[in-house]
Amino acid sequence: MTPAIRLAGLSYRFGDHAAVADLTLDVDPGECFGLLGPNGAGKTTTIRVINTMLPVQDGRVEVFGHDVRRQKMGVRRQLGYVPQQLSVEGALTGRENVSWFARLFDVPRRERKARVDEVLELVELGESADRLASTYSGGMVRRLELAQALVNRPRLLVLDEPTVGLDPVARDSVWQRVVDMQQRYDMTVLLTTHYMEEADVLCDRVALMHRGRLRALGAPEELKAALGPEASLEDVFRHHTGDSLGDAEKGGLRNVRATRRTARRMG
Amino acid sequence: MSVPLAVPPVEWAEPSLAARGRLLVSRIGTFCLVELQRLRHDRSELITRTIQPILWLVVFGKTFSRLRAIPTGDVPYLDYLAPGIIAQSALFVAIFYGIMIIWERDSGVLTKLLVTPTPRAALVAGKAFAAGVRAVAQAIVVIVVAALLGVSLTWNPLKLLGVLVVVVLGAAFFACLSVTIAGIVLKRDRLMGIGQAITMPLFFASNALYPVDLMPGWLKAISKGNPLSYEVSALRGLLIGTPTNLWQDFGVLAAAALAGVVAAAALLDRLAH
Repeated sequence: MTPAIRLAGLSYRFGDHAAVADLTLDVDPGECFGLLGPNGAGKTTTIRVINTMLPVQDGRVEVFGHDVRRQKMGVRRQLGYVPQQLSVEGALTGRENVSWFARLFDVPRRERKARVDEVLELVELGESADRLASTYSGGMVRRLELAQALVNRPRLLVLDEPTVGLDPVARDSVWQRVVDMQQRYDMTVLLTTHYMEEADVLCDRVALMHRGRLRALGAPEELKAALGPEASLEDVFRHHTGDSLGDAEKGGLRNVRATRRTARRMG
Repeated sequence: MSVPLAVPPVEWAEPSLAARGRLLVSRIGTFCLVELQRLRHDRSELITRTIQPILWLVVFGKTFSRLRAIPTGDVPYLDYLAPGIIAQSALFVAIFYGIMIIWERDSGVLTKLLVTPTPRAALVAGKAFAAGVRAVAQAIVVIVVAALLGVSLTWNPLKLLGVLVVVVLGAAFFACLSVTIAGIVLKRDRLMGIGQAITMPLFFASNALYPVDLMPGWLKAISKGNPLSYEVSALRGLLIGTPTNLWQDFGVLAAAALAGVVAAAALLDRLAH
């Protein structure tokens, strides 16, 4: 079976700094896979290589058998992507934002309207779809982004810290939609988060990254069981890195502030 | 209930040249539509941007018509000026388009656009022609104002269509120039400064306000390389019937827009990172 994602010896450097070092792993089709680690662990760089935003410097990356280095368009057609920042066009309505991406993914004209309505209903934005996105709350913007990412029915949904900056209710709401959609569309989900408890609940398998390197890989239950009956994923992280997630929390607060600045800028 | 995924056809993997051409047309259409939707929701920018060209026509144009200081042959100065002001308003709309791209980068929208199956050149062309849509809306307002001021304009639909094409091509070039500069300077503040620094020289080193024959030799040479001069010449030829080489004007504008798309597309990844 062709893996949804295959990383073979992926390395990425920013000047002298190795952001990702010799990362090798497979993500199976249909699984929810979490890349975990604090800021600077290499999660976002890995995602940006997978989604073709950054070139493959060293190693090999495939998405459903498409070589990311040579078949960028083939890779992009399979993707739905939600970045860290809240990033919708505030001057358009929710419906127009989703229709825009339906066109950019060449959803056939005869299916477009139904597809847009379907994903807007799925993220429970049907009633506010004709309001300008600049009037949406942070949680609604995130759900709108999920609708944009899903309108092409991607085989791989990539979520980069999708709940940063959201309050607990909005976070639960976003994750609930992700779970619903994964079951409905039988998609592969690749997500990054530094909320270990969320990854524990959501992910079939996780990869713990620290300073660009893979430190542990497996199902959360297996990783925790290897440490003891009361172990948490955070304990697993500490065990494999000798570090706490203190840095991640600081980084998380920075991200929260950045995301809120973006939300304010949108109006 | 599980819904079948849309598995992409094999031919979608890496598009052929013909498929890239279709993608280009489709993306240009998409970005133009989005621009029209933005304009529909917020007309304030359209209105505020109309003030300056009206001032140029009403204050500068009317005053210089009375002075008779600029020799324009048998053509009244206001008639001579109106096409130049249309080109100027399109230039002012387009030259700050790079700032919009930088804003889209900072807000994360550009990243999302770049991971859609849209070739970089198609994305830039789409944005550039979207600038053209905004410039056309601006040009229509200026044409109406000029007509109300008594400028003798053509109402031949084919010629008016030609005017819209010229405005779109001119705006597309200057929008690409702006995106190219954005790709070099990377920061909004720097681009704002450079945009302001080059706009007036581009305007004054063209035939928008006065005939090229009045210029000193060095300025004449710059004017010959300035796409704005060809845009103004074409607009004058189409709107008030002054002699010009329309093939040359359209050719220069199309070539400049194409070169602009290539240059801006080459720098888009640098801008995005």
